[in-house]
Amino acid sequence: MANPQPWDWNMPKGVSGISQRVYDLHMLGFYVCLGIGAVVFTIMFIAMFRFRKSRGAVAETWAHSTRLETVWTIIPILLLMMLAWPATRLLIDMNDVGDADLTVKVTGFQWRWHYDYVEYEKANTGVAFISSLAAESNRVRQLGSGLDPHSVKDEDYASYLLDVDNPLVLPVGVKIRFVITADDVNHAWWVPTLGWKQDAIPGIVNDAWTQIDEPGTYRGQCAELCGRDHAFMPIVIRALPKAEFEQWLASRKAGAASTAALVTGPGHRG
Amino acid sequence: MAAVNPAIHQDTHDIHDHKPHGFLHRWLFTTNHKDIGTLYLVFSLAMFFVGGAFAMVIRAELFQPGMQLVQPEFFNEMTSMHGLVMIFGAIMPAFVGLANWMLPMMIGAPDMALPRMNNWSFWILPFAFLMLFSTMFMPGGGPQGGWTMYPPLALQGGMNVAFSIFSIHMMGISSIMGAINIIATILNMRAPGMDLLRMPVFVWSWLITAFLLIAVLPVLAGAVTMLLTDKYFGTSFFNAAGGGDPVMYQHIFWFFGHPEVYIMILPAFGIVSEVIPTFSRKPLFGYQAMVYALACIAFLSFIVWAHHMFTVGMPLGGNLFFMYGTMLIAIPTGVKIFNWVTTMWGGSLTFETPMLFACAFVILFSIGGFSGVSLALVPADFQYHDTFFVVAHFHYVLVTGAAFAIMAAVYYWLPKWSGHMYSEKWGKVHFWSSAISVNLLFFPQHFLGLAGMPRRIADYNVAFAEFNMISSIGGFWFGLTQIIFVGVIVHCVFFSRVRATGQVWEGSHGLEWTLPSPAPYHSFSEPPVITAGMLAHGDVSR
Ligand code: HEM
Ligand SMILES: [Cu+2]
Ligand SMILES: [Cu+2]
Repeated sequence: MANPQPWDWNMPKGVSGISQRVYDLHMLGFYVCLGIGAVVFTIMFIAMFRFRKSRGAVAETWAHSTRLETVWTIIPILLLMMLAWPATRLLIDMNDVGDADLTVKVTGFQWRWHYDYVEYEKANTGVAFISSLAAESNRVRQLGSGLDPHSVKDEDYASYLLDVDNPLVLPVGVKIRFVITADDVNHAWWVPTLGWKQDAIPGIVNDAWTQIDEPGTYRGQCAELCGRDHAFMPIVIRALPKAEFEQWLASRKAGAASTAALVTGPGHRG
Repeated sequence: MAAVNPAIHQDTHDIHDHKPHGFLHRWLFTTNHKDIGTLYLVFSLAMFFVGGAFAMVIRAELFQPGMQLVQPEFFNEMTSMHGLVMIFGAIMPAFVGLANWMLPMMIGAPDMALPRMNNWSFWILPFAFLMLFSTMFMPGGGPQGGWTMYPPLALQGGMNVAFSIFSIHMMGISSIMGAINIIATILNMRAPGMDLLRMPVFVWSWLITAFLLIAVLPVLAGAVTMLLTDKYFGTSFFNAAGGGDPVMYQHIFWFFGHPEVYIMILPAFGIVSEVIPTFSRKPLFGYQAMVYALACIAFLSFIVWAHHMFTVGMPLGGNLFFMYGTMLIAIPTGVKIFNWVTTMWGGSLTFETPMLFACAFVILFSIGGFSGVSLALVPADFQYHDTFFVVAHFHYVLVTGAAFAIMAAVYYWLPKWSGHMYSEKWGKVHFWSSAISVNLLFFPQHFLGLAGMPRRIADYNVAFAEFNMISSIGGFWFGLTQIIFVGVIVHCVFFSRVRATGQVWEGSHGLEWTLPSPAPYHSFSEPPVITAGMLAHGDVSR
């Protein structure tokens, strides 16, 4: 449900309160446009059939109506206000990065992501690692590899180009703040199920936040052209229940070699 | 005003209808607005095919998941070149060509105000593009940072950086000269009685567009010059390590870039405002509102640029300002659409090829406008930005908008230019084939973007396979269809034996239709006397 599937044609509702509201705003915009389109195009099609010369239509000569023109200036203003209101409220909420329990610093560089768990519950964690395209996808994506992208699977999800060696492990139900920057050129950090993307720009530190509601694996990728391997810079989030996340963080802190086992153990896929 | 115009007197020696002798002499040294218009249009058509060929490479690589044809760096080169060539090589020169051909004829002038500069502004272009294309054969290849050329990425390029920037300078100079010429022509050379508020909307649209060009092309030139000095002269305008700011480039670029997209659509609005009344046999509804809407859109286009940058991390107030500003643009745009539809209401409609393209424009451009309104909603744009949803948006406004309007204009005025009728049957085949394939090409791209496919990627997850394949099929089909377009034009100009009358269309009004077809080499050596009902738009006098 969360990650792209064949024939998907709409925005995912995502897995956070914010992503749900982004989806709702998108649908509201869509319905407003659909409504206007239905009215305007219907009138246009009626005109195209009713006023054909071949049906004997004789042209009228009027070319002005202040009343009509006022009406169709005012109606769009009202509709736009209807859209601007929820958009403004949502934007204000998305901007509120305060009171986060976990801070992750994301640094983009050609063509990998560096994740640094700067702070968890007010304590320094010292956990940081690099996340790159998974080896199998990387083999298949070579020009003329002759390998079938459909064959790349992460458990039962066809994860070609949306799979990494070290996923970003995050807790569920915790407000997470991201600080996002880049080392070389611009990148953008985007996981559609979180409902937003944020540019990663050298010399600039942006921030954004999320609170994930359900455990699972959520996939995304770099969304700002960053050179040759821009298409091969995926992001994978492994969202774990809080207790499991803390366990994972502790083991990572201890530098335990068992990390890998834990990471691939629990959590939901797809 | 026109009576005292010095250009008329200076050119008296070739006021008679004789053209310069010799092919090279005629086309290289021409100062005639019609010849220069033809040059622009032919050049634009050629670039349409070159840029189209790049697009075919893109769609072929994206036909299936996996890398089949080209290396990713070459893919990036194709997307960058496709954008640059289509914008600066195909769409803009086509509109300038139409302006050259039509403005003097529509306002009752003998030629453009500055004919020698006119020659220059065209002949710079082929050299600018030769230089741009030559970068593809240089070590490191052509530009790979997208048509937007964001630093720091764009500065990672090799030799192409200097060459492509210089070619952009040349294109800019060409456009600025063209714009100066258009303003001078419209303001100084109108026939007596052609008051500003009686000018055809196409003329109005170009007057406003020309001011936009003069205002923003120097800004682009400044932005790319700063790129140049950052790369070769040790400055740090956009280099964070040296105290610069990569985001500043984006602000400067889009201060040019957003008005630029309106530069590519306002003349299209003008064309559609000519075509629809003609084939509705009814005057344009709300002529004054149409003119004010154009001016209003042009003004607003200067205060919305950062809607291309909602994700760079602007402060809340900034994002809100640019969201509200962008939403405002929808209002005058809506007025235009409603007025076109109302023009058709109560008319006596026929659907010759220009009208078909104009009707398709109204519907499909509106769809592009709808996605534009969605994109203006910042929180939703956080999802849409830099995905195929944006690609779908701007292709609806640029291909089914600007390009369809250009095609409408070509069919509409070709009989006036050539003196022959084109094949209505093949024009319609071209229209229907284009209209169906273009939707197959671009509509599924909305779905791809919403489902999570970023733009400018050379390869993608298998979930995006189906819609990409449909889009590619639409793309190849649309590309092939354009060969019909060339066929219809060549047939009309060189082979058609159906002579066009002066009026050409039953419902046509305006000065250009009072001239014989083909229009004489010099349009109005004597200012025409404008009589009641001669102009299509008489809202003022009504
Ligand atoms: C109702 C009118 C319109 C609105 C509200 C609108 C809004 C927008 C917005 C917000 C974006 C940025 C999307 C993003 O990158 O996330 C955008 C992109 C774009 N729009 Fe529009 N737009 C409108 C009409 C037009 C027209 C008339 C044109 C040109 C003929 C146009 C051409 C473009 C282009 C080329 C881009 C993408 C530029 C790039 O990133 O390469 N738009 N539009
Ligand atoms: Cu990237
Ligand atoms: Cu814009």
